[in-house]
Amino acid sequence: MNVILIFIQKAIAQGISILFGAVGEIITEKSGNLNLGIPGLMYMGGIAGLMGAFLYEKGVENPSPFKGLIISFICAFICAVLGAFLYSVLTVTLRANQNVVGLALTIFGVGFGNFFGGSISKIAGGVGQISVAVTASAYQTKIPLLSKIPIIGQTLFSYGFLTYLGIILAILTTFFLNKTQIGLNLRSVGEDPAAADAAGIDVAKYKYLSTMLGGGIAGLGGLYFVMEYLGGTWTNNGFGDRGWLAIALVIFAVWNSYNAIRGSILFGALYILYLYMEGLSRGSQELFKMLPYVVTIIVLIITSMRNKRESQPPKSLGQAYFREER
Amino acid sequence: MVENYAVEVKNVSKRFGKVIANDNVNLKVKKGEILSILGENGSGKTTLMNMLSGIYSPDEGEILINGKKVIIRSPKDAFALKIGMIHQHFKLIDIFTATENIILGRPNNRMLNLAKVKNELQELIKKYGFELDLDKKIYDMSVSEKQTVEIIKVLYRGANILILDEPTAVLTPQETEKLFTILRNMKKAGKSIIIITHKLQEVLDLSDRIAVLRKGKYIGTIKTSEANISYLTEMMVGKKINLDIKRAEVKDSKTRLEVNNLTCINNDGRKVVDNVSFTAKGGEILGIAGISGSGMKELLEAIAGLQKIESGKIKYFDEQGNSKDISQIDISFVPEDRLGMGLVADMGITDNIMLRNYSKGRSIFLDRSSPKKIAKKIVDQLKVVTPGIETPIRRLSGGNIQKILVGREILQNPRVLMVAYPVRGLDINSSYTIYNLLNEQKKKGVIVICVIEDLDVLLALSDRVMVLNNGKITGIEDAKTISKEKIGIMMTKNVEGGSYEYKNKWEKKKELYIS
Repeated sequence: MNVILIFIQKAIAQGISILFGAVGEIITEKSGNLNLGIPGLMYMGGIAGLMGAFLYEKGVENPSPFKGLIISFICAFICAVLGAFLYSVLTVTLRANQNVVGLALTIFGVGFGNFFGGSISKIAGGVGQISVAVTASAYQTKIPLLSKIPIIGQTLFSYGFLTYLGIILAILTTFFLNKTQIGLNLRSVGEDPAAADAAGIDVAKYKYLSTMLGGGIAGLGGLYFVMEYLGGTWTNNGFGDRGWLAIALVIFAVWNSYNAIRGSILFGALYILYLYMEGLSRGSQELFKMLPYVVTIIVLIITSMRNKRESQPPKSLGQAYFREER
Repeated sequence: MVENYAVEVKNVSKRFGKVIANDNVNLKVKKGEILSILGENGSGKTTLMNMLSGIYSPDEGEILINGKKVIIRSPKDAFALKIGMIHQHFKLIDIFTATENIILGRPNNRMLNLAKVKNELQELIKKYGFELDLDKKIYDMSVSEKQTVEIIKVLYRGANILILDEPTAVLTPQETEKLFTILRNMKKAGKSIIIITHKLQEVLDLSDRIAVLRKGKYIGTIKTSEANISYLTEMMVGKKINLDIKRAEVKDSKTRLEVNNLTCINNDGRKVVDNVSFTAKGGEILGIAGISGSGMKELLEAIAGLQKIESGKIKYFDEQGNSKDISQIDISFVPEDRLGMGLVADMGITDNIMLRNYSKGRSIFLDRSSPKKIAKKIVDQLKVVTPGIETPIRRLSGGNIQKILVGREILQNPRVLMVAYPVRGLDINSSYTIYNLLNEQKKKGVIVICVIEDLDVLLALSDRVMVLNNGKITGIEDAKTISKEKIGIMMTKNVEGGSYEYKNKWEKKKELYIS
């Protein structure tokens, strides 16, 4: 019983950073931008949040957890937004190839994270791991009282606020895309920018804003990983391939962020399943780590076979739009 | 008092690179009138209208709306000035419903509130006499339904000036008549309508005044009551041209092509060609009529070997009377989808010709000189307007692209030539060039099978007309004796519940099957 409880907790803990990434990517892709820089943006969000908290805790005599939280949250979000802004300038204004720019941004973001991770550990004196324990404690604060309820409290209420923020964002995103005028406009930009343009929608503005908002949300996934999951430390390449899982989750959820909530927990569970299987050799561990990707491929096959128009990717995904092109 | 025009275009010019699309153009549209804009391909009609709707911006000149000078930077600005354009290629989102498409991009509305919108739309539909199911997805719609969505869209956004780019190009005669009734209703409601079309008869039937453009230049505007077809063509082309299609006699009386009980099933499992049997003689033009989606495309593709045949046989008989499989015969096929199936948009004319001829070279290297000669020949003979034979063809106008495709296929010296909508979007001059090319092939003894939407032309050009309806043949008639109206009835009469109902029935079945 206890093992199952812990497994569920860990699966959710693994899933949340992926969920942030996926929600950000869904908002981005709905505008027709295939931002493969999301993994990099998550690194950038993570390190920026950590740096903000670190500099704050270092500069103040008695750092307050709440202020540390606010500062690191803003730093993470803004840094990832700036990364996504760079992507938008290159792909929307300069119409560079989206895949190339996205991959470059991921490589840049990972390097950015590792570089500044090294820098702050040097500022800290170069001794072992750096830690922003005060700020991290704010992120790790569980819901009082409710989390004390046996089983239910442990499975549902024993997480920091980012977990709930992620789920709320996922639900809000689906609502926003399907029930509001701006959401409808945004979807049309991703489907057929020429049609959206003819309807009087500012295609470039929508692409910029959704890509930047999506990037910022993905950055929070990195922040979650650094603060709540790792407890306020940094290890180089520690975030691993969770960013790519986020992009796989977008496909798994058929571009619906509401589906992504369940999907993220499933992915989280599959991601750590090998730890709970006894007697696995190293080789078969690697096979187990493949499971989320295998599931994604199966979903791709099923959605392609059903051939339902509504569960296809946005039609203009990956293509730049230029109005006067003949 | 000076008369107040809804639209005034003064000395407007627009260039695309070296190509001058509009050269010092002037135009005036009154309130509550229908103005037709006539001109050949590449005469700059669409470019001019795109400047009014904010898609392009003019390089020189000025535009006045209701007497005030305006600068239209984007479609949003155009909407604000109450200008709405219905593009030739519909600007609709396939996976959205009609309602969602109509409210797309409307300002200042946070929540969608579809129920309220639908009520407003129903009123609009009633007022002008449209027919439309607001909850239908665009991908389930016929061309005419899509067009209705586009028109309602601009009306809902409050447009007083409507621009329609070749609205009748894809409609049946009955649908066209319906559209004209609606346009006349709008005119009565005080709206100004600008309509771009190639069909001269429609221009005369519908419009109050006619403006003519030629090669990007403005030629003049005349009242419809003072115009006639030959005068208008002269204005468009700059010289008198003969508008009769000469029908040559069928030379070869032997049956060459025999299609027996052909049935094709599409990806959705629907019979798109249903038990079709017919024959064709050498040197005969067999016209095929039918509303879009009746199986013409699939039938031609089946003969060309592009469509899987479920059952039935296609045979060809050579000079000695021996029966041969169709796959051994030289067939040329001009598909409906020019840039999708016919040509590669990013390649020049030469490269596109090589796609067909690459296997004719003898060395291991590409032979570029003979395709180049063919390219030059096509450009000269068919008067293709292009900066050069290596220019990517996507930069050319639709008519020029079509000329290249038809030219390439005819120069293959085929035994069977199949053309789908060969003059769609082409002006009079190019259309007649294409008709003459088809007639020349006929004289050579080639079997010509053509699908043409303009029934007048179809009847004038073909020897026999075959009507397809819902994948079935509803008649094969002598083109010299059958009337346009009878063909129209054969195209649309119910065959086992009628084509659209049939389709809907099937869609429902599919939904059950999937869920």
